[in-house]
Amino acid sequence: MSIVLACLSGFALAVASPWLYRLARGATGWLLALFPAGLFLYFSSFLGTCIAGNAVYTAYPWIPTLGIDLAFFIDGLSLLFALIITGIGALVILYAGEYLHGHPHLGRFYAIILTFMASMLGVVMAGNLITMFIFWELTSISSFLLIGFDHQREQSRAAALQALLVTGAGGLAMLAGLLLIGQANGTFALPHLLSQGGAVRQHPLYLPILLLILLGAFTKSAQVPFHFWLPGAMEAPTPVSAYLHSATMVKAGVYLLVRLGPVLGGTEAWHYLVTTAGAVTMVIGAVLALWQTDLKRILAYSTVSTLGTLVLLIGLDTSLSIKAAMVFLLVHALYKGALFLVAGAVDHAAGSRDITQLGGLARAMPITATAAVLAALSMAGFPPMLGFINKELLYEAKLQAPRASELITTLGILANVALVGVAGIVGVKPFFSKRHTTLQHAHEVAPALWIGPLVLAGWGLFNGLWPDVLVNPLITAAVNAVQPEITSVELKLWHGINPVFGLSVITVIAGVGLFLSHDLWFRENWRAWLLQTTSRISPQRLYELGLVGLNKLARAQTRLLQNGYLRYYLLTIVATTIGLVGYTLFMPGLPTVTTESKLDILVHEGVIAGIIILATIMAVTTRSRLAAIAAMGTVGYGVALLYILFSAPDLAMTQFAIETLTVILFVLVIYRLPRFALLSSTPARIRDALVALLAGGMMSLLVLAAVAGPFQSHLAPYFAAHSLDLAKGRNVVNVILVDFRGFDTLGEITVLSVAALGIFALLKLRKEH
Amino acid sequence: MMQVNTVMNIWIVLPILIPLLTAVGAVLAWNWRRVQRVLSVIGSAALLGAGLKLLLTVWTDGILALQIGSWPAPFGITLAADLFSAIMVVLAGLLAVTVTLYSLASMDMERESFGYYPILHILLMGVCGAFLSGDIFNLYVWFEVLLIASFVLLTLGGERAQLEGAIKYVTLNLMASALFLAGVGVLYGIAGTLNMADLAVQLAKMEHPEIVTAVSMLFLIAFGIKAAVFPLFFWLPASYHTPPVAVSAIFSGLLTKVGVYALFRVFTLLFVHNIRYTHTMILIIAGFTMVTGVLGAVAQTEFRRLLSFHIVSQIGYLLMGLGLYHPAAMAAAVFFMVHVVLAKSTLFLVSGVVHWLQGTYDLKKLGGLYASAPGLALLFLIPALSLAGIPPLPGFFAKLALVGAGLQLGQYVISAVALAVSILTLFSMIKIWNEAFWKPQPLAATCASAQPVLLIIPIVLLALVILGIGFFAGPLFTLAARAAEQLSDPAGYIQAVLGGA
Repeated sequence: MSIVLACLSGFALAVASPWLYRLARGATGWLLALFPAGLFLYFSSFLGTCIAGNAVYTAYPWIPTLGIDLAFFIDGLSLLFALIITGIGALVILYAGEYLHGHPHLGRFYAIILTFMASMLGVVMAGNLITMFIFWELTSISSFLLIGFDHQREQSRAAALQALLVTGAGGLAMLAGLLLIGQANGTFALPHLLSQGGAVRQHPLYLPILLLILLGAFTKSAQVPFHFWLPGAMEAPTPVSAYLHSATMVKAGVYLLVRLGPVLGGTEAWHYLVTTAGAVTMVIGAVLALWQTDLKRILAYSTVSTLGTLVLLIGLDTSLSIKAAMVFLLVHALYKGALFLVAGAVDHAAGSRDITQLGGLARAMPITATAAVLAALSMAGFPPMLGFINKELLYEAKLQAPRASELITTLGILANVALVGVAGIVGVKPFFSKRHTTLQHAHEVAPALWIGPLVLAGWGLFNGLWPDVLVNPLITAAVNAVQPEITSVELKLWHGINPVFGLSVITVIAGVGLFLSHDLWFRENWRAWLLQTTSRISPQRLYELGLVGLNKLARAQTRLLQNGYLRYYLLTIVATTIGLVGYTLFMPGLPTVTTESKLDILVHEGVIAGIIILATIMAVTTRSRLAAIAAMGTVGYGVALLYILFSAPDLAMTQFAIETLTVILFVLVIYRLPRFALLSSTPARIRDALVALLAGGMMSLLVLAAVAGPFQSHLAPYFAAHSLDLAKGRNVVNVILVDFRGFDTLGEITVLSVAALGIFALLKLRKEH
Repeated sequence: MMQVNTVMNIWIVLPILIPLLTAVGAVLAWNWRRVQRVLSVIGSAALLGAGLKLLLTVWTDGILALQIGSWPAPFGITLAADLFSAIMVVLAGLLAVTVTLYSLASMDMERESFGYYPILHILLMGVCGAFLSGDIFNLYVWFEVLLIASFVLLTLGGERAQLEGAIKYVTLNLMASALFLAGVGVLYGIAGTLNMADLAVQLAKMEHPEIVTAVSMLFLIAFGIKAAVFPLFFWLPASYHTPPVAVSAIFSGLLTKVGVYALFRVFTLLFVHNIRYTHTMILIIAGFTMVTGVLGAVAQTEFRRLLSFHIVSQIGYLLMGLGLYHPAAMAAAVFFMVHVVLAKSTLFLVSGVVHWLQGTYDLKKLGGLYASAPGLALLFLIPALSLAGIPPLPGFFAKLALVGAGLQLGQYVISAVALAVSILTLFSMIKIWNEAFWKPQPLAATCASAQPVLLIIPIVLLALVILGIGFFAGPLFTLAARAAEQLSDPAGYIQAVLGGA
């Protein structure tokens, strides 16, 4: 119960937070930060259980018909994520209170970011695939609202939409995949799935299922070619970028892959697809990061690169690579979160995030600078930071990759060198290079803005020095959950001099060189050329073209279908009727309508039919309205005559009355109408005649086919027999109308009354705007 | 025994009788608008109450039937209520209450003086009659009632745009009526009976079921026009944006749904001889309806027109459930029906408040509502995201169940289409959000500041129901599953109508 409460209470707090903000104003951030901090402590208490390799699972039936439970599942993997989410969450909320101080929508901001936090916790703690998906989509929606937080600006709105569409489309693919997994296993419950992984791998639809799930994971975790929404998402306020788009939400895809590894992984397809996507993303992200000027965009691309590395490691699927991934996840959350928050503080204090404008801020902002440098050192992998331990692990895992280890290691070195350079550019350059004249008024920020980055960066140092205190148990628990055969993880700062250490040294030297020569190779015209060239073939452009194309297609289709002309609407409907009924009539098996079936027409019947046909032709072809109406009247009279012949005098009398009245009414109206004009062209008239003939022919055929069999009414004998004795009426037709089927008559009377009211209103009430 | 049944089954006729009496009362009070308004509220509440009672009764006692005038079954007219009918009646009642409340605040004095309330209730009478009729010709009569009532509501006020829309509306719908009537005639010619349960029995005995399949196409088209499916939906986007919003809202919630209801009724009870042909045809139509509808919506920049095209698109989902013809799929469709009726009507009501605030429906001219009307923004998001299938709103569970059934049955194409269309739905809902709510208002034009409480209350009410259904989807799914069971096994319906014989 307490787990459910822990996961869902965030939503309640989110609803309450705008009101809380009205009461507490400036103190709200501090107050709200207590909530994730408390959750952090609460989840820490699960550490012992998880290290022992145990998991906690609670489920409440939600929609039993569909097999959906409100289920929660905590093992070491969930725990690692939950601690990152709540720990960084507390710092970010604290930070945001100051960063958005005085913003008119700060109350709503708290509500949305708390919703996000609760949803993200739900994703990593859900014990049922569908429950997980529900939270997954909620993170997309809250991300949308946060990216577009600065909603006055068109770029923010467009970026929010783009992120939502990309992750939303991937999410739907994933939903299909999850449904298929559930159907293959007969359950959506996570513990059951994990214990019977083979079922999906043997499923005939394994490959489609895998692709669908990967689509979901890759879009969410910004893998190439779906990565482009992430740099766009930098339109969000900086605390949001730090939290959602670096530390937590973008890792949901990584979480999903690790989580479903036992269900879907271990196949060639998995290995190749995941590894390739990861490797490509790792390199492209790192290279593009070097060519950005906006601090946040640099960080965003380096996040893309990191996500690529994580996915690559999962694809390698060795115990070493999973361990490396878990450590990297934690390290990255710490240093990247810190660097984003630093970028926000710099923006706040100096009014710019442009690295070509920033420099020498260390004197004005010493505390922020300290945090920045510590985080950058961890990112670059200098000892004694946790990042150093991590880099060693990464290389070790890549060197021992089961396939193509040379290629993967080489790409890894490439990406890492670039990221060392990036670390310098974002963490060192703004603070230590030449001071820019425009930065006169730069100042140290309020504590709420430096506590977060300092704590996060400090943790990177602390954990590097003493990995046994927290990192080892945490990673042990996480790896245990995925690879039960590993009992404990021993991370050490110093491994001695070995090939891995050699690679680390080379990386750092090359990376530092890259950073120091930044002014040499970073040329505005090169950058412009590069950006222009890539933008032509970039997925971003494809997305934009797709959007334009979609709108064009939509408009073209709508112009074609909903064209505004009643005559075409009618034509379409009649043509559809002819097509559908006609096609069905000619399907094999129907009783053939031949001349042998009762077409025994008597002479006078034939004459009446002939008159009706002639009158119809006249009504259609005449150029006089009066003649047309008279001809229509003739048609009606002809039909009435047929009623008489088939012994329905009541009907005939009604018909005569109606026809007469209609003609009279028409004649009264006719002189108020404009002159008769032929509006249709000859081809149009021929087309219409053809359609009309086909429709008539089709109906005749249908009726002939229908009456081919013997007809016997089940109702008529009863009506005839009981009209007098039960209903006390001699005229059967009347009795049917007012008694047997009097309910119909009630409806018809209503129709007439409403029609009368409607005509009255039409005549008397004319509103014009 | 007989006596007990009649007393119990009286609940079936109340949803027809209550609106009729309300309308008659309102007509008698022609010159007293206030009396009409009070009567209308009471009548709507009573209709909702009767609907709920009916649903409860059917839930506990099974399918109910009532022989009007006590004429035994195939000879007189039978009213019958299974769970699907009862659910539809409850929805009609819920919309009656909310739309009536909304009308109190938004309907102008002239329209009120020219019979708005009585005709609204006649519309409800027709709708409920269609849901409850167990006789194919009687069903036709109710279609006529709701057609004329909707036509009068559409034209009431006589604005130029209204009349233009109404002409298309009535012409195309009369076409549907003509085809429907022709179908009934041919069916009677084949089977010699009009009672639907009896028809089911007679048609099952047919020597040549192929001819029945051909006739079923007439019904597919006639009801397809009513339900606004591809390629027969033209009347809907041509007319729904022209009358006052309250009218659009109730139309969007109920009219097309009557067509869908009728399709479900006849294609589960009467035309089940050649499922592979008829229901595959329905599935194809469903796919095209989803796609063309949502593309139509993408092309729009007028709030209500955009919503109108979405009605079409969502009808496709409902038909998908029928086309899959499996209890799980039909259960999903029943759930979907509840969701879409609520979401759609709520969105129309929201569009009315937006118009009240900024005097236009044009998305290009709207803006800034996120800042100026945050409550309304939330009230928009709930139905809009539900329509787009975002969890944990009911639209998500509806889509989930439907796609799940589709995948289970190996119908991958339609499942993929359903998912793809839902992202486009999200896209066009976000378009409204970005344009009307987030974007700054282009011209600081007319801007009413206060929102009348009576406009907001019904929206809040509906939004709460939507949220409630999302959070407590379990019980409703159980109900939908039972309803689908009844639909997939016509024996129970036939038994209830014709008795044990």
